[in-house]
Amino acid sequence: MNNKQFSAQIRLETLKELQHRTFGHIGGSMSIVELLSVLYNDIMHVDPKNPNDIARDYLVLSKGHAGPALYATLALKGYFPLEMLKTLNDNGTNLPSHADKNKTPGIDMTTGSLGQGLSAAVGIAKGLKIQGKDNRVFAIVGDGELNEGQCYEALIFASKHHLDNLVVFVDDNKLQLDGPTKEVSDIGNLDDRFRSFAFDTRRIDGHNEEIIKASTIDALNKKGMPSIIILDTIKGKGIKEFENLTENHHMRFSEDDNQLLDKYIALLEGENNE
Amino acid sequence: MSNYIKEVTKTKELRKVYGNTLIDMMTKDERVVALEADLMSAIATKSVQDTFADRLINCGIQEANMMGVAAGLSVTGMIPFVHSFGIFVTRRAYDQLFLSLGYAQLNARIIGSDAGVSATHNGGTHMPFEDLALVNAIPNSIVMEMSDDTMFEQLLKKTKDEYGLYYFRIVRKEMRKLYHEDQTFEVGKGIVLEDGSDVTIVASGIMVDEALKAREILAKEGIDAAVIDMFTIKPIDETLLVEYAKKTKLVVTAENHNVIGGLGTMVSQCIGEQHPVKMRHIGVKESFGQVGTKEYLQEVYKLRAVDIVEAVKDGLK
Repeated sequence: MNNKQFSAQIRLETLKELQHRTFGHIGGSMSIVELLSVLYNDIMHVDPKNPNDIARDYLVLSKGHAGPALYATLALKGYFPLEMLKTLNDNGTNLPSHADKNKTPGIDMTTGSLGQGLSAAVGIAKGLKIQGKDNRVFAIVGDGELNEGQCYEALIFASKHHLDNLVVFVDDNKLQLDGPTKEVSDIGNLDDRFRSFAFDTRRIDGHNEEIIKASTIDALNKKGMPSIIILDTIKGKGIKEFENLTENHHMRFSEDDNQLLDKYIALLEGENNE
Repeated sequence: MSNYIKEVTKTKELRKVYGNTLIDMMTKDERVVALEADLMSAIATKSVQDTFADRLINCGIQEANMMGVAAGLSVTGMIPFVHSFGIFVTRRAYDQLFLSLGYAQLNARIIGSDAGVSATHNGGTHMPFEDLALVNAIPNSIVMEMSDDTMFEQLLKKTKDEYGLYYFRIVRKEMRKLYHEDQTFEVGKGIVLEDGSDVTIVASGIMVDEALKAREILAKEGIDAAVIDMFTIKPIDETLLVEYAKKTKLVVTAENHNVIGGLGTMVSQCIGEQHPVKMRHIGVKESFGQVGTKEYLQEVYKLRAVDIVEAVKDGLK
């Protein structure tokens, strides 16, 4: 299966998962679908039958509220049955709103309180370096999440320790819960900011699998410094009517929304059956 | 009952014990890694960095990130020993301590130094009176206050291979020497230093010394006090507490900490539920820290032997 096809599957399963639950973090889940597709289909060394394999590459979803997209990806990879996606946010579920390493096979770090995942990712990268291991570490942060000061502590640390086994992806969808990031708390020019922290920095189309793949490989080949890939993305990507709605961070689906989701689910199912 | 050292002498500085014990553990176990937030000089771990440059990570002044880095190191199977002043490893980085380590069920040893009034001239901004309360509230945490250097060294080594979130509250410098080298310490088990029949004084940290002094004063007045070093605050030694509540009918707790959420609260909960007897609590009450010598601060916050004596007499009325 190519990355584009895998993206379509992840988007489909994420939508079904969220529609079944009737509410959830749809915007930020949709914006990282292509990234998850490339990482899990083409880049990361992981073994779904052995989620704790010590030779695996690690992923820290620092924007833990995008759990539903990662759950769909992991289920499609075979970490657990697709059927389990229907348990999202059930009482006692193993698929909570925010990613939890102790509940879900394949989740490497518990996240949800924004700003904390990046620190854990740099800690993992440092731990691997100390032990002389060559596993790679990937972290996904949101642009809104970059309001949190702790992120910059982690950047300083990654740079100081030359963590070239770490690639940080910024899901730059330009929206946060209360509105446009520029309006809520302008984080300025991200590219310049990361360069000033001595990160190998690039900005790419976050919905183009080929570019994501090529850039990630480039980043992994960069030695002596950590890398950041800023993904230009659209919050709610794939559902035209939801794209860039300022209220798409967390939605409770109305009847109209549901009909819309039905339409996109049917479209994606058609695509996947081709 | 412990054969503790009755003669009043001083321990080694606990910071020296920390550095030396780290080197010893790092020599024997490649998984041991130490984290600092720009207080290496204060806790004497520069020697550790000289010996194990790759496993002593000075994060700089970033306690929140340090907790997350510890979490990440634990994910890779390493055993992080995380130090800063007690206020910084708890209050300053509480959500990180709580979520990235506690909630994520990761493995770490947290060392909070300058317990309570031992922060002396660093004053109110640096004086932890609530660190135990904060760490106690993290589910499954193990919370301890060191009352002596031998205890600190032994418990660091003894718990190294255990898994979970451990908090060591310490004084950085010297304390009263209490234990012989062959004393054994068990997490969750209080140590009876002196038996008694009228009152039980349950203390931790520097207040163990005060409790022993209070016992002497009380003895002269015909009051027979038992003294327990309750170095594990959580889980509290319920068996021992109930035994002594039955035996002495008055229990007085003494801690260099706010009376809310620390030793006194843990002891009260146990005794209140299992064998209610009269209680009195020595500790900091509705106050922030301030600068001063240890002696001055103990007087201001009523953390002296004479304050314990007064509480005992009040309780026995």
